[in-house]
Amino acid sequence: MQSSCVKLYRNPVALSTQKQPHEIGTACTTQQGPLGIQARDHGQCAGLACLAAGNGGGAGGGLAVAGAGVGRRIAVVTLENLTVSYRQHPALHHISGRFDTGSLTAVIGPNGSGKSTLLKTIMGLMQPAGGTLTVDTPRRRIAYLPQQAEIDRSFPMVVRDCVMLGAWSAVSAWRRVDTGLLERVSSAIHAVGLEGFEHRAVGSLSSGQFQRVLFARMLVQDADLILLDEPFNAIDSRTTDALLAVVHQWHDQGRTVLAVLHDDAQVQTHFPQTLLLARELVAWGHTDQVLTATHLQRARALAEAWDDQAEICHTDETVVTGPA
Amino acid sequence: MDFWQHWFGPFAEFAFMRRALVAALALSVSAAPMGVFLTLRRMSLLGDAISHAVLPGVAIAYLLTGLSLSAMATGGVIAGMLAAALAGVISRFTQLKEDASLAAIYLLALALGVTLLSRHGTQLDLLHILFGSALGVDAAGLLLVVTVASVSLIALAALYRGLVLESFDPVFMAASGHRGWVWQQAFLMLVVINLVAGFQTLGTLMAVGLMMLPAVSARLWHERLIAQLINASVQAAVASVAGLLLSYHLDTPSGPTIIGCAGVLYALSLVFSPSGWLPRLLKQPHRVG
Repeated sequence: MQSSCVKLYRNPVALSTQKQPHEIGTACTTQQGPLGIQARDHGQCAGLACLAAGNGGGAGGGLAVAGAGVGRRIAVVTLENLTVSYRQHPALHHISGRFDTGSLTAVIGPNGSGKSTLLKTIMGLMQPAGGTLTVDTPRRRIAYLPQQAEIDRSFPMVVRDCVMLGAWSAVSAWRRVDTGLLERVSSAIHAVGLEGFEHRAVGSLSSGQFQRVLFARMLVQDADLILLDEPFNAIDSRTTDALLAVVHQWHDQGRTVLAVLHDDAQVQTHFPQTLLLARELVAWGHTDQVLTATHLQRARALAEAWDDQAEICHTDETVVTGPA
Repeated sequence: MDFWQHWFGPFAEFAFMRRALVAALALSVSAAPMGVFLTLRRMSLLGDAISHAVLPGVAIAYLLTGLSLSAMATGGVIAGMLAAALAGVISRFTQLKEDASLAAIYLLALALGVTLLSRHGTQLDLLHILFGSALGVDAAGLLLVVTVASVSLIALAALYRGLVLESFDPVFMAASGHRGWVWQQAFLMLVVINLVAGFQTLGTLMAVGLMMLPAVSARLWHERLIAQLINASVQAAVASVAGLLLSYHLDTPSGPTIIGCAGVLYALSLVFSPSGWLPRLLKQPHRVG
């Protein structure tokens, strides 16, 4: 049933749907707008099929229909009516759509719009409160760059060892580090322009240099799906350019890349696809079609409407239908 | 010759000095590196919490079997591991950090232990039940410490890579689909058996002190973890030898004297180490790039 994809890991979400209803947060809106764009982008039935499959347990169904409709594209990550919440307040609210193999997508939106939550949920670090998330890439083939604050930089660790951690999935706790790996590590360090820094402690690096280290680590990881959470925050333009070159290299190699970003100009220049979130899905598709004044304004308006005493959302109990 | 004879003679002369020395050195080699990992994980006060958490286990063992070292050690290990595991489980399923859960649990364990002992009307000093003294190490106690030290040193080597990754970047480990808490729990179990072995043979002050003090000073000296680990063990060993000899010659209690020596090394580290006070005072010339 799960098509011809490689080993599939799936978050067991259908069960958790029933557990706790979440509050709406804002007025419960429908998905009319985003679906329009999505349908244009992925062929007529893709988006709708996802929604229809929603809670029926047929996660693979949406995928199969989408595949039949579009033909050449294969989804790596499929979201079906996905809701993720913190203490019953949704950070992502009824989101449906898919990331295709080899796509390069910018995830944008105001602060608190659920961008990081989306990445964490794809990584399995957070569980959906409703809907389904299907990831057709085994966990060890996914690389994830969290926001910098989550790493202990005072730890006594040198650059080379930190980059080598990228091979953790392959080498794990006891296997030997062979010369092939050592070569991959030094070429990764070379690729991000950090030659000569191999034996420096990570605590002595600037934040830009450290971000280069983390990119080198992802190069060693050799992942099929790469998730970047605000990779260029507080990074100067020279380093940003160098790291963007790495991102393009990944794209050219056919890897799927998702990056949470804040710079619209950068998104416009470098990212063919864009997902605009404001807890609700505002728009998803070609960057040109997403980055419009109307969409951005709608995203801002949605983000501002936060309500602590929001009612319980009943969207899942009524039948959700998109535009025919 | 006289100097050596005078200062190191006690080890040749007295079996209790030799046993104390071997026990202290074994603990230096195995416990001090654990202390480095504890400071890296910001759990420096864990040793004190564990020393209280073992009480109910020791008390139950005492009430069941009387003053038997092996029974009380087993009881202590079980109680300590239960406390560490419970804290781990709680922090996994709530927002609480490990140290917060452990703080709650060790207080409850301490209350339980004190209640158990006083309900059964013993007049024995709690500290006497719980805590030994370095110069009173007998053959059984020595065997316990040395066995625990050997096992935990080998286990630490096996856990090393995973533990480093879990301490440095837990999100990365979780994202790779590996269970970080398994490494953490295994490590905490090693800490518990080291501490309990130390408590009962050498005393709580020495067990916790030899684990933490050299570890804290070692971190001031090096940028490399492996060097910090070795430095911590060496400092602990030096403090052990110096402390035992001083306590013999000055007729002071052995445990506190050993910790005092570790304290002197700590003070020296604070002043002279590369990240200490003196290098900051003496402005060093900087390089061109």
